[in-house]
Amino acid sequence: MKIRFFFLLLGMYNATFALTKVDITRGHVEPLPIAISDFLGDKHIASELRSIIINDLEGTGLFRVIAREAYIDEVNIDKTPTFASWRQINATTLIGGSVSSKERNVGFKVWDVFAQAEISHEKISLTNNNIRKVAHKVADEIYKKLTGEDGYFNSQISYVSLLKDDKGRYKRRIAVMDYDGHNHQFLTAMNNKIVLTPRFSPDAKNVLYLSYENKLHPKVREINVNTKLSHEVGEFNGMSYAPRYVDDRHALLAVAKNGASNIHILDLATMKQEQITFCSAICTSPSASPDKTKIVFNSDMGGTRQLYVMDYDGKHQERITFNHGYYSSPVWSPRGDLIAFTKMLPGKGFFIGVMRPDGSGERVVARGWLVDGATWAPNGRVLMFERENGPDKGVGIYTVDITGHNERRIKTPYEASDPYWSRNFDPE
Amino acid sequence: MKKIFGIVFLMLVVVLTSCQSRHNGHGSGNASSSAAPGTQEDLEENIGNFVLFELNQSTLSSDATAVLNRQVDWLNNYQYINVLVEGHCDIRGTREYNLALGERRANAVKDYLVSRGINSSRISVISYGKERPVVLGSGPEVWAQNRRAVVVIN
Repeated sequence: MKIRFFFLLLGMYNATFALTKVDITRGHVEPLPIAISDFLGDKHIASELRSIIINDLEGTGLFRVIAREAYIDEVNIDKTPTFASWRQINATTLIGGSVSSKERNVGFKVWDVFAQAEISHEKISLTNNNIRKVAHKVADEIYKKLTGEDGYFNSQISYVSLLKDDKGRYKRRIAVMDYDGHNHQFLTAMNNKIVLTPRFSPDAKNVLYLSYENKLHPKVREINVNTKLSHEVGEFNGMSYAPRYVDDRHALLAVAKNGASNIHILDLATMKQEQITFCSAICTSPSASPDKTKIVFNSDMGGTRQLYVMDYDGKHQERITFNHGYYSSPVWSPRGDLIAFTKMLPGKGFFIGVMRPDGSGERVVARGWLVDGATWAPNGRVLMFERENGPDKGVGIYTVDITGHNERRIKTPYEASDPYWSRNFDPE
Repeated sequence: MKKIFGIVFLMLVVVLTSCQSRHNGHGSGNASSSAAPGTQEDLEENIGNFVLFELNQSTLSSDATAVLNRQVDWLNNYQYINVLVEGHCDIRGTREYNLALGERRANAVKDYLVSRGINSSRISVISYGKERPVVLGSGPEVWAQNRRAVVVIN
């Protein structure tokens, strides 16, 4: 009788054979043990690929890569593996591949060890400087085959890097990096000018952010990631802020004037803008649904900070939060199914939560002395946010699953806040 | 014994009259400061250049309007002076909403000054949200001092 120990972890079971699968919405699961054998070909490239893939997969909290020392067999991508050798070390899944310097590609296969079936076979082009992207793509593919969800390992983060001066005050710079912290670069100079809430365009070529560089007039600016050149966007009477791209050439933002804030749509090509809310209170922090039919926003028009949803043209505003607490910083998932937000409960601190767009199903995923600024992974199943655990404890950015598990700090050169998560890209 | 009491009493008087009364919240200042008239120091030390707000509020208390009334007189005395009103929030809030609330606080001060006859073109506003606390640290006393609108010569 074969020991089907790992079937406890499987989400799907078929009478003839079982495909190993991880249900990532089910809450805390034991990481699935998998084996990644050394890819054939260039040893240096193979080694780098392997370590990036391991970092990606183990970082999700869903997988555990069995140590190479434990492997009792090898894998040749052109031959069927001896599955018994891999079952013996309790690997549920086996990955093997080869780097072809001549053909300039990486080929890899994924096998389900218990089903004794090949479940994936891909080839990805390799250039001089896309090794990390190729590794992330391999990890994306493995993740997708084993969870059914899209991966997110070829994504980038924009955020505010903070450094305390000798008076204990922050100097801020806009920075971008791969989601795993590599390829970090600063976009703005080190100075005393406040910069806040940087957000990538969908193609990640530009970033919208709030800047105080025009001394008396804080305004939204757009900066090109490549050239580092920036310009103010739109001509607004008042402070423009809270920008979010809707697509590469359109953005939502808020404008504060005469004590009220209202939401505008801005065409970044023509700089034509249209005001879509007419609050005498604060209506701010707009975030569009991925199908661009609705906008969720933050308003105190009812007396306290709550979340509202309206049509993209500003009509049919409806409040969606009615529970105890103050709600703000709403952001619509790229999946369309959930809205993340910050909630403050006096005396109890701050919370990052998710809810359905009609306000139902509210759940907490993180809590702390100060947590804010949630941003979605491109697959809508992981959140990133900023966290401060107390006064003078510093601020950093963290990720957490939407189940509330697997919270991890993202390594940054200095303190970090205002994270924004780009979409997932293909390696060129 | 009388002598000691007399010395202590004298010391107390000196301390109380020279104390900057920031702790009553509204920078009511010390009329005997040596600041040159019509300067930022003059505004801060003799008139009071900031007002405080309750949590989540932008309404002006009676202490606040008392300070602003003195600012009105001062601005009427120095017609060439323009000012910037900065609106601030405490750290126990979210980033974007606090930018809006700071703007609302700054405008509450501007609106009051204008209602008392100061020409609106002399007053600019800016919000710093929660990004520029005047007092670092934590606790209700610290937060109360950071929930403020500050008037500076432009």
